Amino acid sequence: MTTTAVARTAAGPRPATMAQALTRAMRDAMAADPAVHVMGEDVGQLGGVFRITQGLADEFGEDRCTDTPLAEAGILGTAVGMAMYGLRPVVEMQFDAFGYPAFEQLVSHVSRMRNRTRGATPMPLTIRVPYGGGIGGVEHHGDSSEAYYTATPGLHVLTPGTVADAYGLLRAAIASDDPVVFLEPKRLYWSKADWDPEQPERVPGIGRAVVRRPGTTATLVTYGPSVPVCLEAAEAAREEGWDLEVVDLRSLVPFDEETVVASVRRTGRAVVVHEAPGFAGPGGEIAARLGERCFHYLEAPVLRVTGFDIPYPPPMLERHHLPGVDRVLDAVSRLQWEAEWTEGG
Amino acid sequence: MTVLEQPGRAYHPAPPPAWKPRTDAAPLLPDPEPHRVLGTAAAEKTEAGLLRELYGALVTGRRYNEQATTLTKQGRLAVYPSTTGQEACQVAAARALRPQDWLFPSYRDTLAVVARGVDPVQALTLLRGDWHTGYDPAEHRIAPLCTPLATQLPHAVGLARAARLKGDDVVALAMVGDGGTSEGDFHEALNFAAVWRAPVVFLVQNNGYAISVPLAKQTAAPSLAHKAVGYGMPGRLVDGNDVVALHDVLTEAVERARGGGGPTLVEAVTYRMDAHTNADDATRYRTDSEVEPWRAHDPVALLERELTGRGLLDEAGAAAARAAAEELAADMRERLHADAELDPVDLFTHVYAEPTQQLRAQESLLRAELEAELQAEPQTGGEYR
Repeated sequence: MTTTAVARTAAGPRPATMAQALTRAMRDAMAADPAVHVMGEDVGQLGGVFRITQGLADEFGEDRCTDTPLAEAGILGTAVGMAMYGLRPVVEMQFDAFGYPAFEQLVSHVSRMRNRTRGATPMPLTIRVPYGGGIGGVEHHGDSSEAYYTATPGLHVLTPGTVADAYGLLRAAIASDDPVVFLEPKRLYWSKADWDPEQPERVPGIGRAVVRRPGTTATLVTYGPSVPVCLEAAEAAREEGWDLEVVDLRSLVPFDEETVVASVRRTGRAVVVHEAPGFAGPGGEIAARLGERCFHYLEAPVLRVTGFDIPYPPPMLERHHLPGVDRVLDAVSRLQWEAEWTEGG
Repeated sequence: MTVLEQPGRAYHPAPPPAWKPRTDAAPLLPDPEPHRVLGTAAAEKTEAGLLRELYGALVTGRRYNEQATTLTKQGRLAVYPSTTGQEACQVAAARALRPQDWLFPSYRDTLAVVARGVDPVQALTLLRGDWHTGYDPAEHRIAPLCTPLATQLPHAVGLARAARLKGDDVVALAMVGDGGTSEGDFHEALNFAAVWRAPVVFLVQNNGYAISVPLAKQTAAPSLAHKAVGYGMPGRLVDGNDVVALHDVLTEAVERARGGGGPTLVEAVTYRMDAHTNADDATRYRTDSEVEPWRAHDPVALLERELTGRGLLDEAGAAAARAAAEELAADMRERLHADAELDPVDLFTHVYAEPTQQLRAQESLLRAELEAELQAEPQTGGEYR
């Protein structure tokens, strides 16, 4: 027993959840900068419905980790005023679909305050939104709402796919002088990886994608909750003789076009994978850009594997909606491999 | 046997005693009639210097409204929502604040912005169609003019809270119209302000109309000031054309906020003498017989009567006030008749602190288009636009 306890407190990487990494990111940001204030519904004593703000009110006081009245427009609207006065609010929207009442503040003020004041009034605020499905949540608890945010100029939109990125990206978001919609894949909150909370990795600024798994025959472009799905698909694809590269965007806005383009030019094939509905979703934009910039390198049209164009389904049916390993592999199989073989013969 | 009759079991027909109203509502209620000073005995207690200052500001304010309206007809302003008839509210709002306090105006409140000391050309930048905000909010402690109704109110609450958290003595005064009180943001802002006891004053200019919709179609509340009670803050009702009454009520509300007493909701009862904007036609929804009584209750005339009645204003004084107003109008004409110079490439400059790769590409595209325009069009000394 004693040895176990010692091992647990020893420094170095150890199993940690994405939830823990996010909490740690806020804690470290608050310790480093007294301007950082966390606010939202139930974020104080309870630590948030997902416990992501756990311990912050105890450590920093309720003035810095504040339970607000239950009104999302009011939460974001007051955060705007706090940012105008030089604070760095970190706002929690309790669930993706509960963030919609705040949409007017987001679109009409948060996203354009810097622009409408010609740089005089930046909006250094972070809006954390647990998003995506796969947790068995009932209606309004499983939306992938990223397309609303990426369609709004002036916002940055980040989403982590790993435990380490959860920390690094959230620190970068809070440090940013521009507003960041920080989408937390709630399905990955309890995913684990070896991670060192004492020496957490930072990210090289906002807007850099990362090649999560190198490969040579096709590229899976993905983000957030679909990152583990694509990594699993890439492993399974080896049996078929496909060596898939997985690019984790990490940031939808800014979009790291160069990393994605370089990968697809190298592999010649691409599938974009996300949970959000496909029509007018981020995948359409990415596929269009790949068409514009990789046309002469492509062996097949860029395909998309996305959620269906339906309101988020009830939990008993959500597995049919969410892009899974099989659907990703099926798309990969349709990347015109046959054509390449017959051409030579 | 019913639950009621179960032996040994207490039945509570009322909620447990832990529940009780937290605040006595009575002191929060507004007076039945709007507070007035001009034309009453109280007016004589007001300092002559203040009255003369307010008079000068009202005369200038009226002229500002006229000039801005004229400029829309000349195509120099894209649109102008006039505050003719509401000058007392505009002037009193600006003057109730100390230098460190913040003003949160709606799109109709450019006169309040000017009364607080911003150059009229800067204040009218949005309405001219030249960028969205013409002044530095932090420099003047005035938020950008806000077009989406009532959405600036939560900003005022957040800023006031932030200042208090930092230990700064700052009050925020937020302006909204009667129509704006129907918006959800009005409700949320008042609720947050009251819960946080934030140092905020909400000034509702009830000018009778939201474009064409009269107050009766907007609310069934006894008055807009009554709405305060539901949030646990005092509601004050004031004659919005009586600049001295406004000055008293707003100054008191600012003092209360400053002293930690929390927010106040002030309803100023006034009237929008002009149409909603130059693009509106008020004859489609109201009659002159409705407007006429308000002409007799004009904010400038009310104060003028008080001043002349007490011998505080002679013809020379009135002429001096008019001359100052004319000077402002002449300056507005001269500078707003000059074409604004905008750099189209600025479209990309302030979207983010650092432009994205995609924005840089779009900026290059625009630069190339501008270059091509220059090549194609022979220079004609700027005559040909």
